Amino acid sequence: MIYREAGQFKTSYNSDQALLPIAQDRFFVIGLLVVAYFVIPFVANDYWLDSIFLQFFIYALAAIGLNILTGYAGQLSLGTGGFMACGAFSAYKLATSFPDMHIIIVLFLAGLITALVGMLFGIPSLRIKGFYLAVSTLAAQFFLLWLFNRVPWFTNYSSSGVISPPPIKLIGDYYITGPQATNLTQYFFTLTLVVVMAFGARNIIRGHIGRSWMAMRDMDIAAEIIGISPLRAKLSAFAVSSFYCGIAGALWAFLYTETVQPLAFEINQSFLILFMIIIGGLGSILGSFFGAAFILVLPIFLNSAPALLGLQLSGSLVTHIEFMVFGVLIVFFLIVEPHGLARLWGIAKEKLRLWPFPY
Amino acid sequence: MMQAFIFDPFMMMYDSPLFFVEVLVSGLMSGVMYALVALGFVLIFKASGVFNFAQGAMVLFAALTFVGLWELGVNPWLALILSAVTMIGVAFCVERIVLRPLVNQDPIIFFMATIGITYFLDGFGQTIWGSEVRPLDIGIPNEPFMDFAEWSGLYINKFDVFATVVCSVLVALLAGFFTKTKIGRALRAVADDHQAALSVGIPLKTIWTIVWSVAGIVGLAAGILWGSKLGVQFTLALIAFKALPVLILGGFTSIPGAIIGGLIIGSGEKIAEVYWGDAFGGAIEDWFAYVVALIFLLFRPQGLFGEKIIERV
Repeated sequence: MIYREAGQFKTSYNSDQALLPIAQDRFFVIGLLVVAYFVIPFVANDYWLDSIFLQFFIYALAAIGLNILTGYAGQLSLGTGGFMACGAFSAYKLATSFPDMHIIIVLFLAGLITALVGMLFGIPSLRIKGFYLAVSTLAAQFFLLWLFNRVPWFTNYSSSGVISPPPIKLIGDYYITGPQATNLTQYFFTLTLVVVMAFGARNIIRGHIGRSWMAMRDMDIAAEIIGISPLRAKLSAFAVSSFYCGIAGALWAFLYTETVQPLAFEINQSFLILFMIIIGGLGSILGSFFGAAFILVLPIFLNSAPALLGLQLSGSLVTHIEFMVFGVLIVFFLIVEPHGLARLWGIAKEKLRLWPFPY
Repeated sequence: MMQAFIFDPFMMMYDSPLFFVEVLVSGLMSGVMYALVALGFVLIFKASGVFNFAQGAMVLFAALTFVGLWELGVNPWLALILSAVTMIGVAFCVERIVLRPLVNQDPIIFFMATIGITYFLDGFGQTIWGSEVRPLDIGIPNEPFMDFAEWSGLYINKFDVFATVVCSVLVALLAGFFTKTKIGRALRAVADDHQAALSVGIPLKTIWTIVWSVAGIVGLAAGILWGSKLGVQFTLALIAFKALPVLILGGFTSIPGAIIGGLIIGSGEKIAEVYWGDAFGGAIEDWFAYVVALIFLLFRPQGLFGEKIIERV
């Protein structure tokens, strides 16, 4: 009874094609946004704002990026970390070369550069698929990290190979990066960006580009027969996905860690984001958020659980157990619920539609 | 700039041909080791169509078990047998817990499941045996044949020769197993078509357990050889990343392909590192193999010896 769309008549094409056609979904999203904008900033302390929420938004953005490529277009990629690094380093080069450039333009251009790089590494996808493609995206991962590690131009000849972005003003006296930036500014900026980009992704996906991706994923030959160009569909998926990952990487470097070295984007980062979309749900924007939240909260839980139970475990042992739990969860989700948390959410909505009646 | 890329490396080769041969030989030897890891991938892919990302983790786990048992005071031969039994146990669990519920899923789902197995085995092995580096000495000295060096001026490492011999024996055994025995033929039948194999009465689950066990034992051999070279530690699991380009080059379904791909990648990598490394800024070993494989993919997606069943779009 709670989640019931009966009686919601659509009287115009606009309402029929709305992003969230069902009123309850709209209320839910609006409620979430209200909480995110007006409740969390005043309740949460600096640790939560900076370490949990900022990281969560950035991971969610990267997960949306990978979900576009893997979940919607069906091209498995293990190079997410490399693309994030590409975004971080191109944003750094842009911000240091043009100190007056606005942060939004910097991020946008960094995303575009990453999109180009992504398309370059997406070219093999035109000839191969499946795990052959996964292996070739590993090439992007290793090559890009090596490039940023070894070519001093990218780090502005810093001797340590570590970059720290310059202080940039957002509006007026509000700094978005550097020591003067407050966590609150960063929180609002990232939140807005993530919301805008998540809606953007949803919009692309329901349009003809997104449909061509899904057609390509479900059956490439059939897609080609009905007139979808594989070249355009696959390369655009790589481009859009890399755009998202690039911006996530730039945010990671500029707002979250504030000093970054290429190692921060190594292969484990790629796997982590892949886990997020598997657990959250392949082919679901909401799932990307679920997955990111889950993967972030799990280690915190695992770190504090032994202490709560009165056990003393060493740090490395906890790390190993974390590895095991991740592994088990991946296999568990693939077997039990291949569509991830997003599907559980869907089931919950089904139940709410009928509640309190059994059927 | 151009000179450093095009001219200098060949001058170096011309100036000291013996050094070039040495680089080539040491590259070929490490190629043999790559091939040994790649072999594990090929076995499972050939027989079940599953791309087993966990092969690297299996190498690490096997080596950790072997060294751990040995350090506990178990006789090395007994430890070897016990580790082999453990790997068979792992294969059994993997088949039972992971593969069986996923039957009929997309290959890509299997692939992601093996990533999960990778994480589990990495964590499990290190939880039990600890994560410190353990030296492993199997009694083969890591030094060149001095007599041969005096006679010809070439330094060839005893350990590398031993590794080559082990690898050749394993390959010969596996080739025989795949072509001559009944189980081997059943394995190939399963690889061709699951359903057809099932309908002529080949038990799929037994076959999968067998092939994962064999891959685990090959992983044990690879783990012991690599472990005595690098010490048994977490980096062993990363060797899988070196084996992936080998697979692409050689083809996923071909045992000779894995060997020859390993040799090409091993020698190419060493030569590139020694002669072109400085021009690129060093440490190109990390990605050189991948870029070679990537370029190769564009022209010959099925690899050198792979069967031509790659779906193209």
